[in-house]
Amino acid sequence: MTSPNRPRSFQDIILRLQNYWAAQGCAVLQPYDMEVGAGTFHPATTLRALGGRSWAAAYVQPSRRPTDGRYGENPNRLQHYYQYQVIIKPSPANLQDLYLGSLRAIGLDPMIHDVRFVEDDWESPTLGAWGLGWEVWCDGMEVSQFTYFQQVGGHDCRPVSGELTYGLERLAMYVLGVEHVMDMPFNDPDAPIPLTYGDVFRQTEREYSRWNFEVADTDTLFQHFKDAEAECARILAADPVDTAGRTIPMAHPAYDQAIKASHIFNLLDARGVISVTERQAYIGRVRALAKACADLFVTTDAAQA
Amino acid sequence: MPDLLIELFSEEIPARMQARAREDLKKLVTDGLVNAGLTYASAGAFSTPRRLTLAVEGLTASSPTTREERKGPRTDAPEAALEGFLRSTGLTRDQLEARDDKKGQVWFATITRPGRPASEIVAEVLDSTIRTFPWPKSMRWGAGSLRWVRPLHSIICLLTDEAGATVVPLTVEGIAAGNTTRGHRFLSPDAFTVTGFDDYAAKLRRAHVILDSAEREAAIRQGAENLAFARGWQIVPDDALLSEVAGLVEWPVPLMGVIADRFLDLPPEVLQTSMKEHQKFFSARNPKTGRIEGFVTVANIETADDGATILAGNQRVLAARLSDAAFFWQNDLREAKSGMQAWAEGLKSVTFHNKLGSQADRITRIAALAREIAPLVGADAGQAEQAARLAKLDLRSAMVGEFPELQGTMGRYYALAAGEAEAVADAARDHYSPLGPSDDVPTAPVSVAVALADKIDTLTGFWAIDEKPTGSKDPYALRRAALGVIRLIVQNSQRIKLRNILWNGLARNMQARSLVAEEPVINALSVLEEHLPEWTRYDDESFLKALSQSAVTEGRTFLLRLRAYQNDLLSFLHDRLKVYLRDQGIRHDIIDAVLAQPGNDDLVLVVSRATALNAMLQTEDGRNLTQGLKRAGNILAQAEEKDGVEYSFGADVKFAETDEERALFAALDTAEPAIRQAIAAEDFPAAMTAIAALRAPIDAFFEAVQVNTDNQIVRRNRLNLLHRIRAAGQQIADFTKVEG
Repeated sequence: MTSPNRPRSFQDIILRLQNYWAAQGCAVLQPYDMEVGAGTFHPATTLRALGGRSWAAAYVQPSRRPTDGRYGENPNRLQHYYQYQVIIKPSPANLQDLYLGSLRAIGLDPMIHDVRFVEDDWESPTLGAWGLGWEVWCDGMEVSQFTYFQQVGGHDCRPVSGELTYGLERLAMYVLGVEHVMDMPFNDPDAPIPLTYGDVFRQTEREYSRWNFEVADTDTLFQHFKDAEAECARILAADPVDTAGRTIPMAHPAYDQAIKASHIFNLLDARGVISVTERQAYIGRVRALAKACADLFVTTDAAQA
Repeated sequence: MPDLLIELFSEEIPARMQARAREDLKKLVTDGLVNAGLTYASAGAFSTPRRLTLAVEGLTASSPTTREERKGPRTDAPEAALEGFLRSTGLTRDQLEARDDKKGQVWFATITRPGRPASEIVAEVLDSTIRTFPWPKSMRWGAGSLRWVRPLHSIICLLTDEAGATVVPLTVEGIAAGNTTRGHRFLSPDAFTVTGFDDYAAKLRRAHVILDSAEREAAIRQGAENLAFARGWQIVPDDALLSEVAGLVEWPVPLMGVIADRFLDLPPEVLQTSMKEHQKFFSARNPKTGRIEGFVTVANIETADDGATILAGNQRVLAARLSDAAFFWQNDLREAKSGMQAWAEGLKSVTFHNKLGSQADRITRIAALAREIAPLVGADAGQAEQAARLAKLDLRSAMVGEFPELQGTMGRYYALAAGEAEAVADAARDHYSPLGPSDDVPTAPVSVAVALADKIDTLTGFWAIDEKPTGSKDPYALRRAALGVIRLIVQNSQRIKLRNILWNGLARNMQARSLVAEEPVINALSVLEEHLPEWTRYDDESFLKALSQSAVTEGRTFLLRLRAYQNDLLSFLHDRLKVYLRDQGIRHDIIDAVLAQPGNDDLVLVVSRATALNAMLQTEDGRNLTQGLKRAGNILAQAEEKDGVEYSFGADVKFAETDEERALFAALDTAEPAIRQAIAAEDFPAAMTAIAALRAPIDAFFEAVQVNTDNQIVRRNRLNLLHRIRAAGQQIADFTKVEG
C-alpha cells in the first residue's frame, strides 16, 4: 500500500484537492466566514447555483453540526469538521471522470480499490433544494456525495450545477489508514513539530460539546433566531434603490441572516428544546428565508448569463 | 428480416429502478413499432448500472402500404365543401372519383399511404421513448433540457440484416445515435464498435461487462456459495439483496470476509441488517455455531492484489459500523434492564397523528384494548396488557433509531433483558404482524391479543377522525390493518364479537380526542359502562330504544355518532373479508347472503357459514334447492303483497290434497329440527345437508301443485307451507342474495 504517491497528512490531502481542482479550472475560494452546517450553505454554492451564469468553484468549508458533538471521544464524530466542496455550472459531461481524477490525486487508485456510484438523492429542506446523484463508495465506504442540482431555493436550476462534497476527515482517515480521527496526522508526521488532529481539535471538541449540549442559553438563542429572521425580512423588503439613486438589491446580506437562523436552529436542536412538531415549523421558517433570498438573487446581475 | 439493437448508455442507473426500466423500454419500443405497422419475432431487454439495452429480432423491413377510401360531398355540393374535402385528403380534383350513391353522385377519394422503412419508424419510436420514459425520478444535466434518470451519454441504434449493419439516423438533444459503446469503467474504458446484438454481448464480455442481470445474479450466488462452502459456512439467502447487488456491478467479484470475534455476540438480526443496509453484504452463517460469522461483499473489479485492498477496506468499514451497533446494543440493554422508563417517557413527545395524540397515548389505548381482547383469545389479561405497554418502547432505542426495520425484533430482546416472560417478549416482536398478505400470522395468544389491539386501535382511531381510505388513497394503510384483523381472527379461529371491541376502541379514541365536549361524553360513557355489553350486541333499533330509555341525554349525539362509526367500520371489515374470501374462491354474493344473518360480527362464524354454503352451491342439489327456495319466496311475497297479510303460521297437513304436498310436510317436519340443531351446534355442513334434503320434495311440490288455487282454504294452507320453506332457508342464509 505504501507508494511515494500516498499523502502523509490531513493537510496534504486538502492541498492535493486544492491543486487538482485548480488545475481543472475551478476558482479556489476560501471558506465562508460564518457558521454553517455544510459546504452547500456557502453562497458560492447556494446562490451561485441559481441563474444562467457559468460558474466553477472549489473550497474547504468548516462545518458545524452541534448534535454530532461527542466530546472528542468518538473515533468518527465531530461537531466541527471540514467539507471539501466543488461546484461547476453547467455540469460538464465528464464530471464523473474529473471526480475520479481527484481520487487518484489523493492516492485512491480505482484499479486497486472498488469505486462505485450508489444511488443517493440529496435534499435540503432548509434550503428548499434537491438534486439527484449518488454517494460514492470506495471499498464500501462513502467518500463523497455527488449531486446534480435540480432546484435551489424553490427555483429550477437552469443550467444544472454539478456538486461534489467530500467529508474530509472520513476520507483522510481512510486514505491515511487511521482508526481514530484524533490520531490523524494534521501536518507531516516528520515535521519538526508534528501535530495530530487531536492536537488541534480535541480541546475545542470538548468545549463546544459541553456548550452545545448543556450551556448555550436557549432564551438568547430563541431571541437570536427571531432577530435574524426579522433582519432578513427587513433587508429583503428594503427599497432596491439606495439614497444615491443606485439600484442595489441586497441578496447576500439577507442570505447571511438566513444562514445565521439555520445555525441557531441547529444549536437549539442540540439543546433538545425543539419538539418533533416544532422542528418542521422551524425548518419551514428557515426555508422561507432561503427562498426569499433566492428570489431576490435571481434578479441581480450575478445571476444573469 | 433485420434485427434491431438499442443501447442507452448513461451514468449509473439506480439499482432498484433497473428491472422496471427493462420492462418499460421493451414495451414502449415494441408497442411503438407495432403501432406503426411493423412486426417482430422476439425482443429482450437488459440492464447494467450504466446501460439499458433492447434487442429486437426478426423485424419487418418496412411497414405495409395501406389504402383508405373516403366518401366526400355530392358532386353538386357547393365549391367550399369540395375544397374542404380536398384539403382533408391531400388530393387534387382529378384524383377523385365520382360514383353513384343513394342520394345522387358523390365524390370518393382513395388515399394511399405508402409503407415506410423500418429505420424511419425506429428513429421516431426511439426518440419518443427516450423523451417520455417513465422513470420514477428523472433529472436534467448541464445546459440541456432532456430528462433521463442520470446524464445520458450515448445511444446505439443499429439495424442489422444480411447486407450488414446500419446506424439508424437519430439525434436526441445533441446525442447522435451510433454503433459505439464502452466497456467496464476501469477495466476496459475504451470505446468500441459493434455490428449487432451477438457481437455487442460478446465484445462487452471481453470488455468486462456481463450484460444480463440474471447471469450476474447467478454468478454472484454461485461465487458467494463457493466461498462459503470452502469455510463450511452457508450464505443466508436474500433475493432482494441479490437483485440489488446485481444492479450495482457490471463485473461481479465476490469476496469473503470474517466478522471480528468481539461482534459475534450481537443479535444475528443486527449483524445481518447492519451488513445488508449499510454495506450490501451477504451474511454467512456457521452451521456449527448457528451464528453469523462472515460476510460476502461483491466488488465490481478484479485487481492486481486479488481484492486484498478492497476486502481490507470493507472489513474496516464494517468494524466501524458494528462498533456503533455494539455501542447502541450495550446502551439499549442497560436501559432495558433498568425498566425502559426513559423510553416510555420519550414516546410522550413522539406524535402519532396530530388528532390522535402521541405514541404514549396510543400505547395506553392499545393496552386497555389488549386487556379486553385477551380473555377472548385465551391469553392472560395481565400479560397482554404488559406486552402492549412494552411492545413499542424499542422505537426509542438507539438500535431501532438506526435500523427502523428492526422494530419489534429489538423489542423482544429488550423485553427479555427487562426480565419479562417469553410470551410477553414474543408479543413485542410479533404484534406488528401480519403486515403483508403473505406474512405469517401470530398464533401465541398474547401475541394475537396485542396484534389485534394494535390494528383495531389504528382502525378505530382513524375512523374516529374521519380519515377513511378513499379510492386508491390509503395513506395510513388501513386496508392492510383490516386484513390483518381478519387474518388474525379467521386463521386462529378466534370467536370474537367484533362489535364490542370496535365500540370500545372507538369510544376511547373519540373520548381521548375530545371530539365532543368532555363532560357529556364522560357521563354518557359511565352510564353505558353497565349496559355496554348488551347494547352493543343489539341491532340499531334496539340500540336506539335502549338509548332513549336510559338516563343518558347529554351524550346522545356522541353515542349515535359512535354507533354510526361502529356500523361503518364493521361494514369496511366485511368488505375486506369479501376480498379475502374471494381470493379463496368464495363468491361475493355468497358472503352477502351470509352477512345478512345475525352474528355477522363474528368473522369465524361468517366464514364457516359461507364455506358450507359455497360447498353446497357447488352441487346440483344445492343449485336447484336455491331455485326452489327463491321460487317459494317469490310466490309468497307476491301473495302477501296482494292480500296485505303475512302468511307465517298454521299450515296443516290435513288440508293437503296431493301426495307431493304431504311429502313436503313430512320432509319439513324432519328437516326443520335438524337444521335448528345443526345451526345451534354451528355445524353448518350438517345444516346444509339437512336443507338439501328438501330439494326433491320442493321440486316435486312445484311440479304437481298450483299454489294459487280457487279454494281459499287450500291456497292459504299452501302459502303457509311456503312460509315454512322460506323460514327453513332463512336459518341458513339470505338466499335471495345468492345469484343464479
